[in-house]
Amino acid sequence: MTETNSTEETTPPTKVLAIASGGGHWVQLMRLRPAFADAKVTFVTVRPTYRSDVPDEDFRVVPDATRWNKVKLLMMAAKIFWIVATVRPDVVVSTGAAPGYFAIRFGKWIGARTCWIDSIANAEELSLSGEQIRPHASLVLTQWPHVGEKSGVEFAGSVL
Amino acid sequence: MIFVTVGYQMAFDRLVDAVDLWAAAHPQAEIFAQIGPSELRPKNIPFTAFMEPVEFTRRVEECSVLVAHAGMGSILTALQYGKPILVMPRHAAKGETRNDHQIATAQQLGERPGIEVAVDEREIADKLDRLSNLSAPPKISNTASPELVARLKSFIDGTD
Repeated sequence: MTETNSTEETTPPTKVLAIASGGGHWVQLMRLRPAFADAKVTFVTVRPTYRSDVPDEDFRVVPDATRWNKVKLLMMAAKIFWIVATVRPDVVVSTGAAPGYFAIRFGKWIGARTCWIDSIANAEELSLSGEQIRPHASLVLTQWPHVGEKSGVEFAGSVL
Repeated sequence: MIFVTVGYQMAFDRLVDAVDLWAAAHPQAEIFAQIGPSELRPKNIPFTAFMEPVEFTRRVEECSVLVAHAGMGSILTALQYGKPILVMPRHAAKGETRNDHQIATAQQLGERPGIEVAVDEREIADKLDRLSNLSAPPKISNTASPELVARLKSFIDGTD
């Protein structure tokens, strides 16, 4: 961490893109907010109503889609590409699912460090999205020690 | 007040139907249900398809117990507000979700105080009969475990 004193005021804060789909994925991302304390965060999700959870932060919405709807998935990917290209985050953090996959792929292209935190809902094995993003993400974390042992993915605590 | 919630992504009629049926035999019970994108029209309980996060939070605060699918959004919210929660996992084979991760989630988290699992509709009815036995879970904080927050923060700061 850089020292914070008056002579370093010109050092811009780390830009973080924090992205998650709806429901539990978003709730888990919200629980990670203390980790973003010193960063400049852009939150991205799929439901406009979630703005009330982060009223004072940069908040973006992308179309909702799952891997089973290819057209909407493409629209989601395009919007995320645009956000990544314009925000130019230093770090991408996601708790899943599809939006995080795209943000990490695009984030890597622009040289961002990327972290996938597999949802605590995946208590038996890493999620399919987690497996798919593994070769691309700088860091993948599982929230279950036994999943970590089985899959060789790092465990470092959970949102609970 | 019993607050029934199935998240916003998919309907979970098997759960809502079971509670509706139980409500017919227990007219004194106060129940409200959020049933998602469903064609179902419960006869014995007031319901809505979706609700804004602000109303969702209010419903959780006001209820004495949640009855929900085994989704992490519902479970984490119940724990954050210290409300007991009775969950029934969705089944992929019944078209209620894309995979059976909720079964594993329920198994792993059902061990925690304040979280009760019903495997099917019959168990939901049985457990609704004995709701008063459900004790409130200790309130969890609004943030992830200190270990996970620290791990993510060091990754963001580039000090890991």
